[in-house]
Amino acid sequence: MIYAGIDIGSITAKAALIENNQLKATHMVFTGYNPAAAGRQVFDELLMQTGISANAVNKVVATGYGRASVDFAHKTLTEIICHGTGAHFLNPGVRGVIDVGGQDSKAILLDAHGHVQNFAMNDKCAAGTGRFLEVMAQALQIPLDQMGEISLGAENPVKISSICTVFAESEVISMIARQKDRRDIAAGIHRSAALRVASLAGKIHLAPPVVMTGGVAKNKGMVQALEDYLGYGIQVGTVPQENGAVGAAVLASGT
Amino acid sequence: MTRTIDRENTKIAAAKKMRDIMTTYYLDALSAFQNNRQVAWITSGGPVEPLVAMDIIPVYPENHGAMIGSAKMGEELCSKAEEMGYCADLCAYARADIGCSVAKGGPIGGLPKPDMLICCNNICGTVLKWYEVQARYYGVPLFILDTPVCHTGFFPETAAYVKAQITEYIGFLETVTKRKLDMDRLNQVGHLSFEGQKLWQQVLRTTAHKPSPMSAFDAFFFLALIVTLRGTTTAVDFYRELLAEMNDRIAKGISVVPDEQYRLLWDNLPVWHRLKWLSKKFSDHKACLVADTYTSAWCGAIQYIDPDNFLDSIAQAYTRIYLNIGIDQMADQVLDMIRFYDVNGLVMHSNRSCKPYSFGQMDIMHIVHKKTGIPVLMLEADMVDPRSFSESQMDTRIDAFMEIILQRGTTLKG
Ligand code: SF4
Repeated sequence: MIYAGIDIGSITAKAALIENNQLKATHMVFTGYNPAAAGRQVFDELLMQTGISANAVNKVVATGYGRASVDFAHKTLTEIICHGTGAHFLNPGVRGVIDVGGQDSKAILLDAHGHVQNFAMNDKCAAGTGRFLEVMAQALQIPLDQMGEISLGAENPVKISSICTVFAESEVISMIARQKDRRDIAAGIHRSAALRVASLAGKIHLAPPVVMTGGVAKNKGMVQALEDYLGYGIQVGTVPQENGAVGAAVLASGT
Repeated sequence: MTRTIDRENTKIAAAKKMRDIMTTYYLDALSAFQNNRQVAWITSGGPVEPLVAMDIIPVYPENHGAMIGSAKMGEELCSKAEEMGYCADLCAYARADIGCSVAKGGPIGGLPKPDMLICCNNICGTVLKWYEVQARYYGVPLFILDTPVCHTGFFPETAAYVKAQITEYIGFLETVTKRKLDMDRLNQVGHLSFEGQKLWQQVLRTTAHKPSPMSAFDAFFFLALIVTLRGTTTAVDFYRELLAEMNDRIAKGISVVPDEQYRLLWDNLPVWHRLKWLSKKFSDHKACLVADTYTSAWCGAIQYIDPDNFLDSIAQAYTRIYLNIGIDQMADQVLDMIRFYDVNGLVMHSNRSCKPYSFGQMDIMHIVHKKTGIPVLMLEADMVDPRSFSESQMDTRIDAFMEIILQRGTTLKG
């Protein structure tokens, strides 16, 4: 039996296939301005890549902010339940998920069965999301995917006090003007975002083992800053960004 | 076809009557001056009975605030107050009321000018400054009734302190109106107030029935009378009728949410400007918000009222209301409601406007979680100001919450 999960995020669209209860493959494309087309594309390309025909897929579950636009899905479910399920599937011992995506971040508390007990999401604000980091990387003129690495060399991380992304950006710009070390600024940016996310985890009393998912999990600087605030280590799996799609596929198999 | 008939059936007939009563009430209040009657603005948790007994028309800026919210005029009026220099973090009822006084706008063209203001701080501290501002603006006398927070209990010192103020309150009213309070009349009003609260409680309790004959969304609407016309026969008669209608619905098996599968408890004030959307959202999930901590506050201190010794007993009754007690006691009440109404989940509206209500919710959430294990959802919004509401975020949170309840239900069964 083959099941698929499609996760349409604000920046990327992800797809995952589960065959006989094993993760078979995942794929990712940019969402662009047309989430429906991105959903189709990521699914088609994944099928092509694996040589599986669409007819062989028993069920499809869509998730993510663009879930409603996936017209070939049998069902839609929210990111919360999909991330929880995905994390449990890939790592059954895990009891908490921190997911930081493009436009939102969330903390999810799981029970031993991988069922969601509680969750907290960022409130109407980009602080502590991928978008925040993206804006800051631009201000620093460094590629987003290198910002994590760069920040690891910081000696005196700066303090960014604004919560608002726009104000934080001007703070960063003034630090650049004052010729602060880039590594220190990058580390300060991560700490600022991590503090927002850590407070979500605190709200619902998240406790280890915790796994981090979402595109931002690939940023080592952010993971480290989060660990510092939380006071415990967090795990990052091999497919953090596709975790929601994996969960959707797992849930497709159960419906 | 059957569907339409079903929908017709779910409508509550008393709603029309209630609208008529409220219209008459506001017309009376707006024409008070022409009829040589006095108007007192009073906070929602204030002791209104002496006003009723003295034939002063009580007017509630908070009820008006709710109307402003429902009429989706919150943003405009709150912005007006912000323009005047009031902070956007101030309670939206206060902002809307202050904005409305100056703009003379709003759904009913503004409230009638007050002859006096009665402020009881049992609900919050915001009302103190708000009423001071309005007393200055209208140039009218203000009476402040200070009810200390009962974190752990009600002590003789508190009782004596509040009682002394109730006496001062009567003195204040007699000075302003230049009339004496008729004690027999007050006792009559006291009985009616007690009776009204008892009936309101009975109405709310009908929702313990499965399926529920009405929802918290209905309670938010029917609440207006126990707030504004407490102590009158109008309120007593109306709630008696409403109770009969609820019992009739129960007998006929009429539910407000078609095919009710899940029962939820709501905490905090409603999101007045999105009632329809929220009601549909939960209803689409076959979930009924059967009860709430807000509307039950107008009968929550009923056990302290002695209708035969009304004036003495209200010192305690008005001090020990839901927003004026400790977090542990609030949590106990929430837990009681969870059991009584047999709910599957708790929805907490973290209301940007109302600090005393929203502060402590996180603790209550953890207590509920620990003691009952039911899922708790925290929704960030504002009762009146739509700028604190994000539909897509609400949507995802409610969907996720219902998925959790569903998943839990399946595990419990399996
Ligand atoms: S702060 Fe809360 S209790 Fe006080 S007036 Fe506003 S809504 Fe009412």
